[in-house]
This record gives sequence, structure tokens and C-alpha cells, in this order.
Amino acid sequence: MLEVSVGSSIGFDSFRWLDPVQSAPEVQATPVMTQEFALKLPPETMAAEAAGSHAQRLAAFTAAPLTVSREEGLMLYRDMTLGRRFEDKCAEMYYRGKMFGFVHLYNGQEAVATGVIKAMKAQHDWFCSTYRDHVHALSAGVPAREVMSELFGKATGCSKGRGGSMHLFSREHHLLGGYAFIGEGIPVALGAAFTSRYKRDALGDASSDSVTAAFFGDGTCNNGQFFECLNMAALWKLPILFVVENNKWAIGMAHERATSEPEIWRKAAAFGMAGEEVDGMDVLAVRAAAQRAIERARAGDGPTVLECLTYRFRGHSLADPDELRSEAEKAFWAQRDPIKALAAQLIGAGLASAEELKAIETEIDAEVADSVSFALAAPEPDPTELTRFIWAED
Amino acid sequence: MAETLLFNALRDAIDEEMARDPMVCVFGEDVGQYGGSYKVTKDLYEKYGQWRVLDTPIAENSFTGMAVGAAMTGLRPIVEGMNMGFLLLAFNQISNNMGMLRYTSGGNYTIPTVVRGPGGVGRQLGAEHSQRLEAYFHAVPGIKIVAVSTPTNAKGLMKAAIRDNNPVLFFEHVLLYNLSEELPEGDYICALDQAEVVRPGKDVTILTYSRMRHHCLKAVQQLEAEGVDVELIDLISLKPFDLETITRSIRKTHRVMVVEECMKTGGIGAELIALITEHCFDDLDARPLRLSSQDIPTPYNGALENLTIIQPHQIVKAATQLKSGSF
Repeated sequence: MLEVSVGSSIGFDSFRWLDPVQSAPEVQATPVMTQEFALKLPPETMAAEAAGSHAQRLAAFTAAPLTVSREEGLMLYRDMTLGRRFEDKCAEMYYRGKMFGFVHLYNGQEAVATGVIKAMKAQHDWFCSTYRDHVHALSAGVPAREVMSELFGKATGCSKGRGGSMHLFSREHHLLGGYAFIGEGIPVALGAAFTSRYKRDALGDASSDSVTAAFFGDGTCNNGQFFECLNMAALWKLPILFVVENNKWAIGMAHERATSEPEIWRKAAAFGMAGEEVDGMDVLAVRAAAQRAIERARAGDGPTVLECLTYRFRGHSLADPDELRSEAEKAFWAQRDPIKALAAQLIGAGLASAEELKAIETEIDAEVADSVSFALAAPEPDPTELTRFIWAED
Repeated sequence: MAETLLFNALRDAIDEEMARDPMVCVFGEDVGQYGGSYKVTKDLYEKYGQWRVLDTPIAENSFTGMAVGAAMTGLRPIVEGMNMGFLLLAFNQISNNMGMLRYTSGGNYTIPTVVRGPGGVGRQLGAEHSQRLEAYFHAVPGIKIVAVSTPTNAKGLMKAAIRDNNPVLFFEHVLLYNLSEELPEGDYICALDQAEVVRPGKDVTILTYSRMRHHCLKAVQQLEAEGVDVELIDLISLKPFDLETITRSIRKTHRVMVVEECMKTGGIGAELIALITEHCFDDLDARPLRLSSQDIPTPYNGALENLTIIQPHQIVKAATQLKSGSF
């Protein structure tokens, strides 16, 4: 029997009309409009339309209110700047032949790592990342020297030169690791959340309230482990945040070409858990949403799917020719640079001066430069220890 | 002391270790209220509660990965594969994360986990439920692999596996759960890395494991009558092999054969004979032999199934020929 193909003849937009979810989002997908109508729209809306559906979802958001103190604002600015400058230095070092293999940079997505991780308790809560993990590690507190050393394959790296760019680990900083296969980190993160609940409910340790954040991308949300873990997390009310960094592109596969329901946060409803869509270019919005989710998790109210709409400013990896993304799309997202946005807010509200922010950048540049000189001077792993770390006793 | 069935020996081991260490827990399909498909966790749910004996949804890769994350953060999970074949669905978590993560993390984390369940060819269970995954998982670095064969070693090895700080793949056999034996008294454990000399002999060394130990014992009875003095070794540890016990035996008998239930290609015997060739080449008076299953999916038909795996009469014939040098 022949059946109508949903993807081709009905189309995604018309299929949305059949959406059974009653709790309609405040953000509506921009309807298809005529040229005449479009001309009357403000320039930003026109830019979003030209930049595609992912941009249109973001365009509906307005900046979150500035609810942080001066200290918090500067801390967030500092953390995002560290992420950005560190990654820029990685690109430079890669092209100078100092680091090898696949290197995936985080530029553009800083508001997500900073917004979530800096809302959590360092060395208490747990973090789980992917192959794009440098900045999660930095935000979790792994020193830049240890991360850069790892990228150089040195003995002083956080994974002792055994892991590389996609496999950063630090038990000290509760970084469960960078996992390079799509989706495989989510069950590991679930395990950390399970331990938190186990200690409280099976062992009677009332102080056990750690929360785990699992970071992954839009492409992962079409993988079975995502759904299996959403189910178990909701079933057992585990203290976990599923943080989706929806940057639209799974290497060269555009999100709307890969999934039947592009609004990932809505998938939470199928598991009876909280789901939230957030402007992933707005660190204050991410922080506020993360705080709500963390509060639920700590209170024993279970998991949350946090879909952060974001964008990577560089290709998938430094080996990606980046031939598929349109200039209009890149231009739209460049306008939403999360670091510039926070700087404007802090200055606009009188919480910081341009000079102060510049001084932070200078400090960060020195920290990143120090990480490079440290990594360059660091020893290679001892060849006689090639087989060390296979077994727990060694 | 009364005799104990093998599944109860495993159950007792898990019960004793759960009582001894509150971090020990069990994850798996139907391990809790149902008591396990082969009753290896019978009544433990009632005794230890829903968190320590966790009934999981049917999501092998995810609950195995969850065990990895739980182990990284302090627990000591035992994962049951309702049938070991199902763990093909968890291959990624077992390989990438249980096996490799400690190394990849530069020693940041340890993964104290046991993955256990029934493997092997049963009675007409069909191809998918008749798998010998020990060979598939053999190349994964960082995991120990053991195969139990008697109630005594089942209990002692299970306790050792739970206490070990490394991931252990623990193979039981679907046709051995009802073996019965009187167990040693008290809190004993068996070494995970030591083979067992089941019967000393001087003519031919037979290396085997799991259910094939019992096929070999049947063959040995007949071989005794025919004047072939077999040294029968149960490997117990499939990774790493107990090379010391193996080479000591070969230096005595100068003749060796492997009897295994896994398929011939890429099997346990393939690796074993490669090692024997490297370590004992000059000690051998005859080329080493492998008696393995056919390289085919296990057929449903009972007669065809019997032809797929090695039978005692084939062991008798091969050992006789090996002794007489007619191979």
C-alpha cells in the first residue's frame, strides 16, 4: 500500500496544524507570507526570514531582564570571554600544527555553557559533554592549562594526553567527560543523576542533592538514547537537565531535514516532564531557565529538557569546509553574539564600563596565552606508561 | 550441607555482597519484582528495595550506560543481560565507556561494574538467543571476561567480580543454571584470573570453558577407558588468559586442543592458539587443535543445533588422534 510521504507532499508547516500538544508555545512559527506583507515587517524580521526557520524561532525572543548583580554579570562575561578566546587560540594552534585530530569549537554557543554551568554548584553538581567540550570543561573549572595541555597531547592534560579534544575528563571538577559518539554521554549523565537519588533514597543521605547537566546537540535528539533516557529520567524523577544546544546543524544535516518535530523542547511533554525553549544567545535567559530547572531537580521534581536555540560561528570542526550554511543565516546569528549582547546590557545598565570589560578581555588573553606556553613547555606522556590507566589498580 | 543450584549460588553471592556493601546495586530487565528471568535475583527486590534492585525499561544501551555513570560517581552496579545476546544492543556502552573510559580519561575514573547473564547455545532457542558474545567482546580493552561452569565457581567468581574495581563481563550458561553441588562453607571468593585444573593428566591438554567443561568431562570418562590421560583445564578467565597454568600444562603434555562453544572464526580458541604458538611453539609435539562451533547462526532444529556445537564423541576422537599423532 502506498502512503503519503509526510516530509515531501504535506510539508512541515502544514503538519504543524495537526500538532496535538495543547500547551501552545508563546512563540509561533512565522507563517509563510507574501512578498507584499514581508516588505512591511521590520528589518530584523526580514533578516530572520532570509536566515531560515531556526532564526525565525529565535527572532521571537526579546532580551531577558537584567536580574544579575554586577559581580554575577562580570563573572558571566568573564566565563564567556574565556570560552571564546580559548577557542580562537585553539584554531590558531591547530592551523600552526600544534594540535591534531578532530577539533570542534564552541564559538557562538558560549551563553549555553556559561548560563547553565555557572548556575550550578562547582565540584558538587555533575557535567557531561560531547566532542565539543572545551568550553564546558573551562566553565566547570578545569584550568585552561590542563585543557590546552590535553589538546597538545601532553602529560599535564586533564586526561593525561590519552583523551584529546573530544575526551576531556576531570573527576576533580565533576566533568564526567566529553563523549564523541552521538548520544552516548546521556546515559552516563543519567547514571550520575541516579547516584544522587540513590544516595538520598536508598542510603538515606538527606544531603545528597547533586544535579547533573547533560549537554548535547539537535542531531542527538533523533537518537534512541535521548528518548530512552528521557523516559527513565522522568520515570524515576532523576535530578538531571537535558540541555539541548540546538545550533541547527548536525555537520551538514539541517535540523528541519532530520527531525519530524523541530521544536525539541516539546518532546519533553511526551514523557510528562518539563520542557522549555530558551534564547541560547542570551546568557541571562539561559541562566534563568537553568535556575528554574535546577530548583525543580533539587526539590525532587525531576528532569527538564532545556532547548537552547543557538548557533556555531565556525564549521562543525576545523576540518569542515562549511559549504552549506547561507551567508544570510550566518549574518543573522552573528548579530546575536552572546558576548556582545551581555556587554551592551552591562554597560547600558551601568553595571560595568567598557574599560572594565576590556580589562577582563586583557586578563583572559593573558590566561589563554599562559595556557599555551604552559602546554608547549609541558612534558610528553612517558612512553613507558603507554599501557597505564587500563586497569583501576594502575 | 545441602546442595545448591547454580542460579542460587549466584543469588547468594549477590545477596551477600549487597549486604556487605551498600553501593552494590542491580540494574536490568525484570530483575526486581519478577526476580530475574532465571531467578538469579529472586527476593532481592523485597529485601533491598526498588533503588538497589532496579527494574529497568527495555533499553539495554541506555541502562548499561547508566551503570557506567553510576559507577563513575561511586556505585557498584551489576547489570543483568536478560540474555547476553541482548547486550549486542549495549555494545557501544560496554566497549567505549566501560572498557575504554578509564584509559581515555587518563585515570580520572574507575568503572567498577559487573555485566552478567546467560549466554551460550541452549535448547532450540533460535539464533539470536544462542550467542557466544565472549568472542565478540574479546578485543575490547579494559574489561575482564570470566565464564562460570559450576555452582562453586559461580558463587566465588561473582563475589570477586563485584569486589573488583574494573568492569567484568560475567558469562553464565543458560543450560547450567540447574547444576547442583555442595558449596564450600563461609565467605569464599575465587580468583578472576586463574584457570582451574579440573583433572590432571599427562597425554593431552584440553582447554575449555563454560558448558563445554561438562562435555569434556563426559569425553574424559571414555578417554580414560581408552588409555588417554587428559589434563582438563577450565579457563575460567577468558581475558586475560591464565598463561601460567596453560603453559605449565603444555610443557608437561606437549599436546593441546581447545574445546569451545563459540564459533571458530575470531573465537576464543583462535586467540588462545595464537598465544600458545608464541609461547610454547618448541614445547609442542603436534599441531594445536580447535574444536569449535560451526561458523553459522545457530539453527532452531534440534538435530541441526547439535551438529552446530561440539559433542563429546568428537572430543574423544580428536584427543585420541592427537595422542597417537594421527592428526
